[in-house]
Amino acid sequence: MTRKQKRLTVIAGLGAVLAVALTLILLALRDQIVFFYTPSDIHEKAVAAGTPVRLGGLVKTGSWIKNGDRTDFVVTDGTTDMTAHYTGILPDLFREGQGVVVEGAMAGDGSFAATNVLAKHDEEYMPKDVVEALKARGEWQRAGAGG
Amino acid sequence: MSIELGHFALILAVAIAAVSAVAGLAGWNRSERIALLMRQGAILQFLLVAAAFGALIQAFVTSDFSLKLAYEHSHSLQPLLFKITSVWGNHEGSMVLWIMILVLMGAAVSVFGRNLPRQLLTLVLAMQSLLVAAFGGFTLFTSNPFLRLSPAPIEGQELNPILQDIGLAIHPPLLYTGYVGFSVCFSFAIAALISGRIDAAWARWVRPWTLLSWCFLTLGIAMGSYWAYYELGWGGWWFWDPVENASFMPWLAGTALLHSALVMEKRNALKIWTIFLAIITFSLSLLGTFMVRSGILTSVHSFASDPTRGLVILVLLALFIGGAFALFAFRAPALRAGGLFAPISREGALILNNLFLATAAAAVLTGTLYPLLLEATTGKTISVGAPFFSLTFGAIMAPLLVVLPFGPFMAWKRGDLIAVTQRLAGAAGAAVFAAVLIVALTGGSISLAPLGLLLGFWVAFGAIAELVDRAGFGRMGIGQSVRRLVGLPRTSFSTALAHFGVGMSVIGIVAATAWQAELVTTMQPGESQTIGDHMVTLNGVDNLQGENFAAETGRFTVAGSGGTRQMMPERRVYEASGMPTTEAAIETYGFSQLYLQLGEASADGGRVVRVWYKPYVTLIWLGAVAMALAGFLSLTDRRLRVGAPRRVTAQAAAAE
Repeated sequence: MTRKQKRLTVIAGLGAVLAVALTLILLALRDQIVFFYTPSDIHEKAVAAGTPVRLGGLVKTGSWIKNGDRTDFVVTDGTTDMTAHYTGILPDLFREGQGVVVEGAMAGDGSFAATNVLAKHDEEYMPKDVVEALKARGEWQRAGAGG
Repeated sequence: MSIELGHFALILAVAIAAVSAVAGLAGWNRSERIALLMRQGAILQFLLVAAAFGALIQAFVTSDFSLKLAYEHSHSLQPLLFKITSVWGNHEGSMVLWIMILVLMGAAVSVFGRNLPRQLLTLVLAMQSLLVAAFGGFTLFTSNPFLRLSPAPIEGQELNPILQDIGLAIHPPLLYTGYVGFSVCFSFAIAALISGRIDAAWARWVRPWTLLSWCFLTLGIAMGSYWAYYELGWGGWWFWDPVENASFMPWLAGTALLHSALVMEKRNALKIWTIFLAIITFSLSLLGTFMVRSGILTSVHSFASDPTRGLVILVLLALFIGGAFALFAFRAPALRAGGLFAPISREGALILNNLFLATAAAAVLTGTLYPLLLEATTGKTISVGAPFFSLTFGAIMAPLLVVLPFGPFMAWKRGDLIAVTQRLAGAAGAAVFAAVLIVALTGGSISLAPLGLLLGFWVAFGAIAELVDRAGFGRMGIGQSVRRLVGLPRTSFSTALAHFGVGMSVIGIVAATAWQAELVTTMQPGESQTIGDHMVTLNGVDNLQGENFAAETGRFTVAGSGGTRQMMPERRVYEASGMPTTEAAIETYGFSQLYLQLGEASADGGRVVRVWYKPYVTLIWLGAVAMALAGFLSLTDRRLRVGAPRRVTAQAAAAE
């Protein structure tokens, strides 16, 4: 092979790998992104059952029911409530009245089946997504400072 | 008093750095003597920052809560170790640690770089000083750790309890050493671009710095992963969280740099690409450190972040990264291309390695930044979760792992693929045999997992095969082969060990993901549950008092193949902050682990308990440790030092 041919072979090889990788990334981005919704969003957009989403809001006061390792609770954004259920150990900072992000999908019966519950390891923490959603709905007040 | 002295020391260090940077960049080609000045300046910066850092540590150790930072992040009841680690468990303190390591690197270049050509040394130290001045200035103006409170509070607010852990004592310094170490490679790259001189010797000078940083980064990531695994109590070891991605991207780029610098050192090729990688690696380190710090990216476990500083950080990043790339675009075409080689050759294999690693880094970067871009442009909030990363990253890594064992067997310039395949046949056979055997023993089905396992064994056995082949086992007598093996250069061992470590990690990841068993259940005291071949019995729950926390401790007995053992997971409430944490209990059986987490009490007096059995999970981290050890081993290779130019040649070069 001449010098030019060698160089072309290398460049063609690189180009092919890059093209495949790029396609893969774009395809994965289209299929694998998970949208973040508040209970109201889920209602308005009529999210189909089984579509993985993240649900964010506050754990409604008085809604937390423990039954063995199954937990039922209500996520609220002030306007709409959404019943959610989860099996497993909840994070330490799961509290009523506190912000929460729940991963999972709508079950067929209109409730939310959670596969993962995220509550951040910080007392003052409110997931950024939740803050923004609550701000948008005029529900947001900054909690008092201090730990 | 000592706090003010520390404050002044940091100000002075930043001032000296600023002067050094300007003097070095303006005068690198005017006078030879300026190099001496730069070297002394670097040492001075180190001593001054060390004094500042020492003052902070002293204030934390003595619980001097008149220091605002100590008041906010420490508590007099904390054990001594955690008083010290509190210094960097927050934004301001971690900035000082970052700068501390930066000046340490500068001082190390100054001490070990005596043999470097003067102009190169001057430029490298000038760039290091520029970094110190910029980020030291940032610390002083926007996140000053030396602010006082008056009147001084009596008690502090305590370090975030989940950071009160031995893992945190080690993790940030390791990670930062890795991140910041790449600044030296960056400075060398900029120096090469400015001076326009770049050759194989340049690659040899940069190599120890790349290796050192890479080793520390590897250890830091592994440590962080293990810490998240046992401390966050989620039982997972990697979440593709922005914080983790931030440390992983420079690792991928750094690994590529390590390999491309080899080509440059041995064959004087790939120069422009190596320079580009050196810039990219440090840029990703900066991006990683500060994207997380600035609060631009929210993460499930980011701790010290403050959005108000974000803008300043973005401007600094844009200046350094943008400036470096502008310089690169301007100067790179002037660099001469090096040696020729066939596509099938050692160089070709290393290019392939670089291609896959760079693509993987790009994929991770895309996944990390895409939500940010989408939100900025469309206002939609999304998250790109583990499935995206597993799919793209896995798909990019798989072919890399397939071709990995071929690389070290290839000859430089022109390799023989058929001959190499023949020499690797044994390793391939052994890998297939091992994978089939394990699948048969565990009764697994044909799915992705056995293929992943096969890849892991292939890489691991391929690494061993290389050593065996080099020593000539099977081609000559045993005695002669052993002598040859012992006589092999250390770099051969380090290559094999590092690649073996990759194989170990892959095996661990596949096994722990595919064959893990999980059990979530409510247990009454005295009740037993079976997971795999282990029987877990809850004996009772005690209330204990720790140094600065109150704990509920579950007493469990685990009976199984490894004998009977006690396991005590805890739920703690820290006194000062009232914050609850979960302390998982972990028992190691060989390479596998049983992971126990205690949940809250249920209404009927039972306990929610979560148990995982994770087969071969420790291989994930042991593999990383093997890679880091391999890096250190390679650092000790005699040829590295012999290959370094003596003072005489440096002076000869300077005299040209």
